[in-house]
Amino acid sequence: MNGNGTLPPAIEVRGVSKSFRPEGERRGMQKRALDQVDLLMRAGELVAVVGLNGSGKSTLLRVLATLTTPDEGTVRVFGHDAVRESGRVRRLINRVSVEASFFKEMSAWENLSYAARLYGRRGADVRDTVLTVLRRLGLARDALSRPMKQLSRGQQQKVAIARSVLTTPNLLLLDEPTTGLDPRSKREVQAFIAELHSGGGVTVLLSTHDLVEAEALCGRIVVIDRGRIAADASPAELRGSGNGHAVPTLEDAFLRMTGRSFEQEAEEAGEAAGEGGGE
Amino acid sequence: MTVSALRLEATAFIGFFERQKNLYRRYWLWEVIWLLYSVVTVLSVGYLASGLSSIGALHRGEGLAEAQVYLLVGALLWQYLSLVFFETAFAIVWERWEGTIEYTFMAPVRRVTHLLGCACFALAYGLIRAAIILAAMLAAFHLDLDRADFGGAALVLGASTFPVLGLGILTSILPLLYPEKGEQMAFAVQGVLLLVSGVYYPLSVLPVWLQGLGVISPLTYVLQGIRTALLEHGSAGQLLPVAGLLTGMGAVLIPAGLVLFTLAERRAKRLGLLKRTG
Repeated sequence: MNGNGTLPPAIEVRGVSKSFRPEGERRGMQKRALDQVDLLMRAGELVAVVGLNGSGKSTLLRVLATLTTPDEGTVRVFGHDAVRESGRVRRLINRVSVEASFFKEMSAWENLSYAARLYGRRGADVRDTVLTVLRRLGLARDALSRPMKQLSRGQQQKVAIARSVLTTPNLLLLDEPTTGLDPRSKREVQAFIAELHSGGGVTVLLSTHDLVEAEALCGRIVVIDRGRIAADASPAELRGSGNGHAVPTLEDAFLRMTGRSFEQEAEEAGEAAGEGGGE
Repeated sequence: MTVSALRLEATAFIGFFERQKNLYRRYWLWEVIWLLYSVVTVLSVGYLASGLSSIGALHRGEGLAEAQVYLLVGALLWQYLSLVFFETAFAIVWERWEGTIEYTFMAPVRRVTHLLGCACFALAYGLIRAAIILAAMLAAFHLDLDRADFGGAALVLGASTFPVLGLGILTSILPLLYPEKGEQMAFAVQGVLLLVSGVYYPLSVLPVWLQGLGVISPLTYVLQGIRTALLEHGSAGQLLPVAGLLTGMGAVLIPAGLVLFTLAERRAKRLGLLKRTG
């Protein structure tokens, strides 16, 4: 709580910019991943960040997770500076990345027990929580004893979500958690995110490609394009904003705001892959 | 640091130790193969001494027993020290191989807990492994250890822990800052230590400039101290100065390693180096 008795915002990002030297490029070549980003999120909100590949979504989440330091600007999580007080911030957050990061030879349970230890809890103390979450996500109990490499991508992602909540974070950063999941797993994960937010009061920042998912789960959507915040509004406002007339879908709204569509991105990605490129 | 913060770090320390134990258990076949390789390497060095006698390099076999013990002690200690060094230095490489580096670095754990948790497992595992190699060595060769003082050897071995961990932590910076080439750089550091630390020969046989590197390598004093204990009946009392020197080197290398690692971590976060998996 602040000195004046009010709760600090869950996320307060002001004027944040971040540039990287792309792999293989010579020194001096910089790509601007974030460009003067401002974002304010109240405690208990569930907000989606949508954007094309390379738009800066993941970098924004990495900055909030203290994994990348901004070149300029300030980042505060529940009032704590993410650079100067990174230890305090790390106690309040957890993150699920697009690629489930696990020790693949170790079993799901060994990975979860290790994660619990890192947050000051014994594996045995969190076993009930883990089993409840995995049951809720539709993952069989016997999956816990199998090496991670034997689990499907969907199963791994469910274990990753269980891992993130067993540390009881105040802020959950979800970086494309449903990308690559089959429709059923996707729906189970989405339902769990909604439940976590409404029942647990956890603040959630969800990065996603999926505009339908963003609209279904979040009352507020932040559109990020080429490192800049292009829009920050409710789905209804996004569809209605612009040249005075409403558009039928969020995809149309996205196209109007950025001049680029997700379909176009998929085609470009396909061409790049055909040329031996790809992201 | 408060008691509750200390408890959190202690729990995390156990987490890292347990994680390493689980990893080794899962990769047990690799470990068996590595252990076999290590046993074969040490035995080869022992037979090298016998070979020197057979080809006349040792006059009528004189000094064979001493040469054999000298070389075998070096080979065994190198297996132990290089494993502890290697595993500490590879704390980050493991994370890069598995793609877990971001998860571990996002956890609310001090880096000293992370690195020492991995290093302490390496110490325990290294001792077990060295004991197995020693058993194979004793079965293959009749070693004259009548003049050995095991108390003195244990004192030096215990003191060696500190500088070896310090060197390992310093070297672990390389895979952190160089995702693609850091692993090979760590191997290069290990190779230089083998060359200059008098593992298989006295420092005096090296060119002067390499002797200079040997003088600053803590492993030189570990090997000298343990050889003195095992071959010349060096007692714990006599070897106290060596143990003190090693402890002093550790007292410099461990904090220096941790400070430099913290600076390297800041740089890695600034340049976005945690993301790449190498």
